[in-house]
Amino acid sequence: MAMLEVKDIHTYYGNIHALKGISLTVEQGEIVTLIGSNGAGKTTTLRSICGLQKPRTGSIQLNGEDLNSYKAHQIVSKGVAMVPEGRGIFARLTVAENLDLGAYTRNDRTAIQEDLERVFTIFPRLKERQRQVAGTLSGGEQQMLATGRALMTRPRLLLMDEPSMGLAPVLVEAIFDVIKAINKEGTTILLVEQNALMALSIAHRGYVIQTGQIVLQDTAANLKNNETVQKAYLGIE
Amino acid sequence: MPNVKPPARRVTTYKIVQGIIGVVLAGYLIWRLFVVFIANPSYGPDTWARFAIAGLILGSVYALVAIGYTLVYGILRMINFAHGDIMMIGAFGGYFVFEALKSIPTPTLADPELTFLNAHPVLSVIAAFIVGVSIAALSGYFLEKIAYRPLRGAPRLVPLISAIGASIFLENAAQLLFGAQRRDYANPIVLTRGEGWGIPIGGSNVILTYTGVLTVVISTLIMIALYLLVMRTRLGRSMRAVSENKQVAALMGIDVDGVISRTFIISGALAGAAGVMWGIHLGLVYHFVGFIPGIKAFTAAVLGGIGNIPGAMIGGLFLGLVESLGPAGLGINFQLKDVIAFGILVLVLIFRPTGIIGEVLTEEKV
Ligand SMILES: Nc1ncnc2c1ncn2[C@@H]1O[C@H](COP(=O)(O)OP(=O)(O)OP(=O)(O)O)[C@@H](O)[C@H]1O
Ligand SMILES: [Mg+2]
Repeated sequence: MAMLEVKDIHTYYGNIHALKGISLTVEQGEIVTLIGSNGAGKTTTLRSICGLQKPRTGSIQLNGEDLNSYKAHQIVSKGVAMVPEGRGIFARLTVAENLDLGAYTRNDRTAIQEDLERVFTIFPRLKERQRQVAGTLSGGEQQMLATGRALMTRPRLLLMDEPSMGLAPVLVEAIFDVIKAINKEGTTILLVEQNALMALSIAHRGYVIQTGQIVLQDTAANLKNNETVQKAYLGIE
Repeated sequence: MPNVKPPARRVTTYKIVQGIIGVVLAGYLIWRLFVVFIANPSYGPDTWARFAIAGLILGSVYALVAIGYTLVYGILRMINFAHGDIMMIGAFGGYFVFEALKSIPTPTLADPELTFLNAHPVLSVIAAFIVGVSIAALSGYFLEKIAYRPLRGAPRLVPLISAIGASIFLENAAQLLFGAQRRDYANPIVLTRGEGWGIPIGGSNVILTYTGVLTVVISTLIMIALYLLVMRTRLGRSMRAVSENKQVAALMGIDVDGVISRTFIISGALAGAAGVMWGIHLGLVYHFVGFIPGIKAFTAAVLGGIGNIPGAMIGGLFLGLVESLGPAGLGINFQLKDVIAFGILVLVLIFRPTGIIGEVLTEEKV
């Protein structure tokens, strides 16, 4: 049984039919990437999974359990965390408070402390900035905070929406290294990226989404060599 | 989207009008202060002290009510115009407790006429607060559930209209239930209105009333508690998170609707405490008693920068002081103190809609 199984979901914003029958699966331990151009429906797919934008039809199952009847805040405690598009940090709260909120649903104090140490090992910068108001962090630091905060939920499935957006190339490399490391430690990852080349180089499998539909799915290596993908998303003629 | 700034320092008609109003007002104020304090001092220091004390007491009540406006605004970006009426409900809660305890005979050998109210004044006051606060908190909870929750996601004007409707409903319901007459708050004898400690100032005795001291002390304690709640507890942190970004708050596992409910419970409780103190200190309660303090507290919240909790506290105190020192300072009729308060509201909205305390860090900045 797949960890995440999305079956034929249709998601709307009012009258706008954003997802027209998306199906995808993510196996335990995988990094799966979802690539597609602007407005294709990548963010909407993630929002459907984590409950922020409920699909009108279709089903989403996590380890065989249907998520449809759960609200967004309940899905978190099922082990699904999201690093939202644009980071979504709480700008007026301190770095430490942002990280604490990641552990909002947990009460295993020692494990929370362990996870905090782990986040600080991955992102030493956050440790230095603990008392700082998050709105004053640089863009890269905010991305670290958003990722660290998601890790504090101790997710089994981590949804990441364009973690490399707006970062300098060095930082992009660093963030992708972190994603690989998090995955090695056992967290399953569904990664949405504009930077398709980078995404495909760390992912196991990928899906290509176009105007609300999956048009292609394959292993990451095959997608990288696929002519259509190269033309449309990798900038290779 | 980044703010599109107009080309550097363009002088608009609006700015000129602002400037003229500003200069005229500042000139008038300076002239009045000169007249009142130097040219023709009409009041001694004892009178000024009396005004200041009255302002402080009034201001601490405004501050409590203003926090309620600011909490709700911070979380829902709406003005809860029925908030003053929640205060009225709290005031009635305390009133009926005193009435009930007044009718329980607790005779002693020394005084066979003694009632529970006077035999146990501390317990009675505590009971009045507990009942007033609880019933107001409960009203706040249901107000949100009935009048605002169904309108979540509607354009911002819609819940505002619903708030005004709720306010009118509550006032009329109270009139229907309790009648339109003004009722006298039956304080325990130790809290007789007007009595207090005398302080000699400028050759005469300025009275620091017991009810006034009670009001200031309790308000201060409640404000400290609230500040700690918001800044130090898990609930407070979740409230701040929800006020910044509801969707991301949900992604943290925060039950956003639950936090909104609790915010209304807390602001209702504060208004309830304010209502009981209003009754104890000023003495009268009726269906309309929350209206004026409600608008004053709203003014205070705007003054402090709506959404800003310390701002609401300072705004409340400031408004109370200005309102009671203002008529004497400006040499106008004391009946016009409400005009001063609303004049301030208009001026703040013209000059600094973000309040006098300064702007809060907005999400757009990130
Ligand atoms: N809140 C919204 N209201 C209305 N339409 C929306 C909303 N959010 C997204 N859409 C529409 O849904 C479609 C999919 O949007 P989505 O944000 O999922 O795209 P995306 O693949 O994440 O794009 P990008 O790469 O630009 O982030 C788009 O056509 C978009 O205009
Ligand atoms: Mg997107």
